[in-house]
Amino acid sequence: MSGDHHHDHDHDNHFTPIEARVKALESLMVAKGYVDPAALDVIVDIYETKIGPRNGARVVARAWTDPAFAARLKADGTAAVAELGFGGRGGEHTVACFNTPQEHNLIVCTLCSCYPWPLLGLPPVWYKSPPYRSKAVLDPRGTLADFGLTLPQGQRIRVWDSTAETRFLVIPMRPAGTEGWSEEKLASIVNRDAMIGTGLPRVQDADGETAS
Amino acid sequence: MNRPDANHAVALAADTPIPRDADGPVFAEPWQAMVFALVVQLQERGIFTAEEWAQALGTEIREALAKGGCRDGSDYYERWCEALEHLLIEKGLASHDGIDSLAASWARAAEATPHGRPILIENDPQPPQSSS
Repeated sequence: MSGDHHHDHDHDNHFTPIEARVKALESLMVAKGYVDPAALDVIVDIYETKIGPRNGARVVARAWTDPAFAARLKADGTAAVAELGFGGRGGEHTVACFNTPQEHNLIVCTLCSCYPWPLLGLPPVWYKSPPYRSKAVLDPRGTLADFGLTLPQGQRIRVWDSTAETRFLVIPMRPAGTEGWSEEKLASIVNRDAMIGTGLPRVQDADGETAS
Repeated sequence: MNRPDANHAVALAADTPIPRDADGPVFAEPWQAMVFALVVQLQERGIFTAEEWAQALGTEIREALAKGGCRDGSDYYERWCEALEHLLIEKGLASHDGIDSLAASWARAAEATPHGRPILIENDPQPPQSSS
């Protein structure tokens, strides 16, 4: 068993009044057959990255280039991301989970209320799906394989179960071959999945100025 | 790829521009994307027209501004929710009480659902009496 799964919260599900209202409209339209839930998911999915993982990518790139910031991020994620102007709606803590050669981090939660939106934008549909969550907890290595990610056998996988109060952000390891890159160029290779833990930064995604 | 056209859902009559960047609309929270998706699909299915939507949203925005609502657009999607609700009621597809009751049911269901389990309406400990 490779997961290290903490579960010490039971009743943190909550809809704000507007969330409950939209849910009511959605379920009513679905029940009447006026909308197709799968088609709604497609529309949401298309726009899910619109507030984007860019904020989170900036946090990661800063941590890669500024060791003092990385240390602050490790000690108090909430305060460190606030330095860059990012935060939640209040009361939420950001915990940064740093990948190491010994340990890879993976975050899960079926609930969209338990996702670091201010850093990663809207959650992808698969993140909210019950199969992802149950499999991520029971078989994290198999889950990563579903995403085409195979880690070295010696690298442990730690699964973090999000709560309404705590948002996790995976800080991937800086890939080789990125020496001397600007913070902006580094941020361009940090994709959403890398910060959930279902992927890794991809050096070939780099944009911005070419490496000199 | 057949990308749903965001312009369908952009209110012609609205004074407040839809929050967007070069690629399309931007959302601050998931429920905003859901109300957006509902409006786009209901229009695509012909439940109401783009003109009807524009008029409904324009009305809500004007009323909110008259009452001193936010002018920075931060409450824009709350107006979408109200406009959608009123348009559905106007069309006889929903009732105010029905939506209130269903929203209360979802709120109770959410509270009653353990973390990590999908929130289902069946989890409401006090399901409303079904009315026909």
